[in-house]
Amino acid sequence: MSRNHAFDQRNLDWYIDKAVQALVFIGGISAVIFIIGIFLFITKEGIGFLINTLDLQEFFGSPYWEPSDEDAPEYGILALLAGTASVTGLAMLIAIPFSLGTAIYIAEFATGKTREWLKILVELLAAIPSVVWGFIGLTIMNPLIIELFDVPVGLTVLNAGIILGLMAAPIMTSIAEDALKAVPDRYREAAEALGATRWQVVFKTVLPAAKNGLLGAVLLGVGRGFGETMAVLMATGHAVNIPGSVFDSVRALTATIAAELGETAVGSDHYQVLFTIGIFLFLITFLINLTADLIVRGIRNS
Amino acid sequence: MVSDTNPVKLEIQNLTIRYGGQAAISGVNLSIREHEIFGIIGPANAGKTSFLKAINRMDMFDSNMRVEGNILFNGQDVRKLRNIYALRSRIGVVFPLPVGLPMSVYDNVALSARLRGIKERAELDLIVERCLTRAALWDEVKDRLDTLGSLLSGGQQQRLTIARALSQEPELLMLDEFSIAVDPVTTMRIEDVLKELKSEMTIILVTNLVQQARRLADRTAFFLDGGCVEVAQTEALFTQQTRDPRTRDYVEGRFG
Repeated sequence: MSRNHAFDQRNLDWYIDKAVQALVFIGGISAVIFIIGIFLFITKEGIGFLINTLDLQEFFGSPYWEPSDEDAPEYGILALLAGTASVTGLAMLIAIPFSLGTAIYIAEFATGKTREWLKILVELLAAIPSVVWGFIGLTIMNPLIIELFDVPVGLTVLNAGIILGLMAAPIMTSIAEDALKAVPDRYREAAEALGATRWQVVFKTVLPAAKNGLLGAVLLGVGRGFGETMAVLMATGHAVNIPGSVFDSVRALTATIAAELGETAVGSDHYQVLFTIGIFLFLITFLINLTADLIVRGIRNS
Repeated sequence: MVSDTNPVKLEIQNLTIRYGGQAAISGVNLSIREHEIFGIIGPANAGKTSFLKAINRMDMFDSNMRVEGNILFNGQDVRKLRNIYALRSRIGVVFPLPVGLPMSVYDNVALSARLRGIKERAELDLIVERCLTRAALWDEVKDRLDTLGSLLSGGQQQRLTIARALSQEPELLMLDEFSIAVDPVTTMRIEDVLKELKSEMTIILVTNLVQQARRLADRTAFFLDGGCVEVAQTEALFTQQTRDPRTRDYVEGRFG
């Protein structure tokens, strides 16, 4: 009896275990708390305006963005949305072939040292700060575009699209490569044993098996494009404009917030409408990332 | 019984395979004749799988693997071929663990034909049905050819792998312990199919079921520690007393 008592004691290990569990739990749910907190904050700042003053039809349908006009301010984000969408679209046209090509090369064709070096370089590329990319757009791409295409301005959809495409490509490459890596080697061996060439193996077996992960990589790139601010602010020309061609300057949603928030009075209509844009951006990127995540998760389950 | 006058399909001369410094196969010589089932038995780590890998140049997947010696397929050294894909398309392989490719059952079996350039649906249908029937899988999957191959049960996937190998219409079929993931009844059905296939192709059967080799193989080789101890007519290997004592111990289950 007494022996049983001695053995059923909460000792130090038991308390340490409970404490660690609690700490890890807090760490684990902190991401959820933060994301809810951020959402509540931007909603709180923008919701009053969103409900009371804002004309949604004007907000989404009008290309006029003149929030600082004292007599008749206009809050139309159509042009900004068109700016963000055109830059992101062009960026994806550039980034998708680049990143998929790189990922396929690294995962399927490169061997040994080449592969290791390429992976390190791609990761380095992903770590370049966006302001550096913006700087490249401003000082290198701008004169280059003016020179090459004989146009008056080089800070355009084309410039920002290329910059953003090059920016998004490394991350998309990493994720796409992970997706290709997740395809078991026995599939490759089985297909090669049938007499398939390397390219046939990739095209007929590996890519179909990895398609969800690849789609996820593309969607994350799109999310990155929507959310990117600094490079886009520097390379687009920052002119409110619905682009007619890639040689037009535009302005992005994110860049608008970044450029204007510091100059508005806290609580003013202008301040609040910027937060409304924030809510909108938050919802879009959240949806894109959620979709990407669900798609990537889909492969693991099947 | 295969006559000694059948032409040689595969000639192995002084084959040595190393992984790093470790030899998995050393100095193996043997020849395999057309239309025979050539059994290879031996305990784990005897080098049986490495032997198969060298034949269809699967050594290219493993940068550690070094192959020396000659492997003559139809008289041509496989290590000097310029187009190994053509070689592999003539050799069917069934791996120990089933590999249902992540595509439909139909596409799994049609893949090899499509790689050969066959596009016509009717012809593909015929190939798929014939190969699945031969692999004793047709009845179970004929109503769901659209299912993902990787979603079939383990035993079904193994028969799918066999059907896929048959769809290559290979000259040489190599089976590496195919019955590991298959139930005994199906194993017997596949064994019957292999006996029929012999008239069309040469078969190498690596197995750790000694009795399976005895049931199927015309000649059998006993591999041990990377060497080929002996090759003999299967019945002789299992009955005569003149053979190597190590072989006798193995087939009688005294070690391994």
